[in-house]
Amino acid sequence: MKRQIPIFLVFVFGVFMVFQYFSPHEASEWIYKFLMDWIYIIGIFAMALGIWSLIHVSYDKIKHKRHDWGYSVVTLAALFTMMFFGITGFNENGEWGFYFMTQEGLTNPMFRNFFNHILVPIETTMFSLLAFFIASAAYRAFRARNVLATMLLVSALIVMLRFNPYFGDTFGFYMNKTAAWLLNVPNMAAKRAILIGIGLGMVGTALKVILGIERGYMGKG
Amino acid sequence: MRYIFVIFSLVFLTFSAGLAQVDTLGADSTLLNIAPPAPISNLTVYDKANDHGHALILEWKPSPDDAAGKNTVMMYEIYRSESPDGPFENIGSVPSGNSRYDNIGILEKEARDYIPDNTDLYYRVDAVTINPEIRTSSEIFGPVRSYSNWFHRGRVPVLFAVLIFGGLMMYFVSVARKGAELYVRPLAGIAAVDDAIGRATEMGRPILYILGLGTADMISTIASFTILSRVAKQVAEYQTQLIVPCYDPIVMTVAQEVVKSSYLDAGHPDAYNDDMVFYITTNQFAYVAAVNGIMMRELPATNVYMGKFYAESLILAETGAVAGSIQIAGTDEVGQLPFFIVACDYTLIGEELYAASAYLGREPLMLGSLKAQDYAKAAVIILSILGIIAANFGWTAFTNIFKVLD
Repeated sequence: MKRQIPIFLVFVFGVFMVFQYFSPHEASEWIYKFLMDWIYIIGIFAMALGIWSLIHVSYDKIKHKRHDWGYSVVTLAALFTMMFFGITGFNENGEWGFYFMTQEGLTNPMFRNFFNHILVPIETTMFSLLAFFIASAAYRAFRARNVLATMLLVSALIVMLRFNPYFGDTFGFYMNKTAAWLLNVPNMAAKRAILIGIGLGMVGTALKVILGIERGYMGKG
Repeated sequence: MRYIFVIFSLVFLTFSAGLAQVDTLGADSTLLNIAPPAPISNLTVYDKANDHGHALILEWKPSPDDAAGKNTVMMYEIYRSESPDGPFENIGSVPSGNSRYDNIGILEKEARDYIPDNTDLYYRVDAVTINPEIRTSSEIFGPVRSYSNWFHRGRVPVLFAVLIFGGLMMYFVSVARKGAELYVRPLAGIAAVDDAIGRATEMGRPILYILGLGTADMISTIASFTILSRVAKQVAEYQTQLIVPCYDPIVMTVAQEVVKSSYLDAGHPDAYNDDMVFYITTNQFAYVAAVNGIMMRELPATNVYMGKFYAESLILAETGAVAGSIQIAGTDEVGQLPFFIVACDYTLIGEELYAASAYLGREPLMLGSLKAQDYAKAAVIILSILGIIAANFGWTAFTNIFKVLD
């Protein structure tokens, strides 16, 4: 029974989702929107579980003084600090207070400063690491070890150098044309082949889930 | 001298302003003398097809005065009423040169643009000149009603494709049930999972499983749950450590259940701990920073990336490579595949991610569905070749069969 009820629910709602794709009727749309709203409701409850999980894991690390437990102290301190400033602030009359249901906390100067001057620069730094990782990955990928790798190297050079202004009109024109062909013909063909496979795989997996063949999401893979 | 210049300037400005006033008056008098334009003709109003209702389309033949050289019609104003006798309400306008107006209403009854379904409506289109008072109304069209459609006729090809694919799947599942041997091409990435878990056990290091940035309703995340269940079962049997940091709290909750069930199936429920699967954050790069930290501190023997990945794919995979872990990745995000191929030891490309669960399980039901996918792919290849031939020879009747409307 513990397994049958979820499988039945998945079947019913899965079949409805297939039906609503083919039915634009107002009633079908209303039910679809109603079900989608449940994702937000479940998400909010799950977020509470998620935050509890983070606190529990970090606290456990600090309590047992596990390796690099100091990072967990920083995590918890940052979490509670942002939480505190996020729910406190000044209202229209300049009165300070706790605001759980309204947005005063989001305008709290401390909350905004922490967000704009700590979180955003850290995020930007993480993202900018990508540039260096692309360089190291490209170095590994573009080594001419065999014929195919050499073809990849030459193609990549053409695509990367196509905008070089020092090539002149004639050479630049042919570089551009070759790069466009590489991107629009072999590259696009490979991409579309993968996308068709993905599409079929998605439909196949969705049908397997609806029919109860695929039960990995319940721990019965 | 300076004062004389200022006085002259003032006089000049006053004189210019006076002339401008005279010009405007002249233009106004011209506006009053515009002849009323000819009305539009052939006004038709019909229900918008394949929609949720509350929408009507108006089409007409433009006024003869809405043409090159004449241009006396500046725009068309659309009026609607629930009675042919009015009152008519202006619901919108289109510039001259247009001969269609989509009257798309809002679903909420309180909204001004609400169009009631199954109600008689009457329309009129006015050809309006530059002087809004000089206009000519068309004949009233009606009654016309908008309807909500139960079936989207533009999606018939998709329905047929799903039915054929579903039928193929049912057939191969029944064939597999009868005990027929179904061959599945070996997937190097999945075959490597066993070795990777063995390696982790020998080294006494953990296995890091990343479910990606997808939410629990994404097919790639669902496929990842299935692979996680297999990996967790083997990890439980080998008594190795498993770390599953999650990006989404719903994914975390499901993943906890998946891992718990796998430990139970493996006969080691006591070895399961809720802290194996934990939530970090729903902030993309904060998540990456945390996972990279885990990689560098815990030095996992194996990193498994399965699911939906975006810009973080290369940052994660390169850090894993620096940490010296064996890396197995799988995603259906085409843009991230090259990064995984470069930085990981094994990569499941696109649909291989979905095939992995069938390959791991070796259950007849799963293998049957995989076989159906292969036949569907063969059908797509044949149809693509036929489509290329038809398109080159201009056989639009064939290509139109596959046209899907939004």
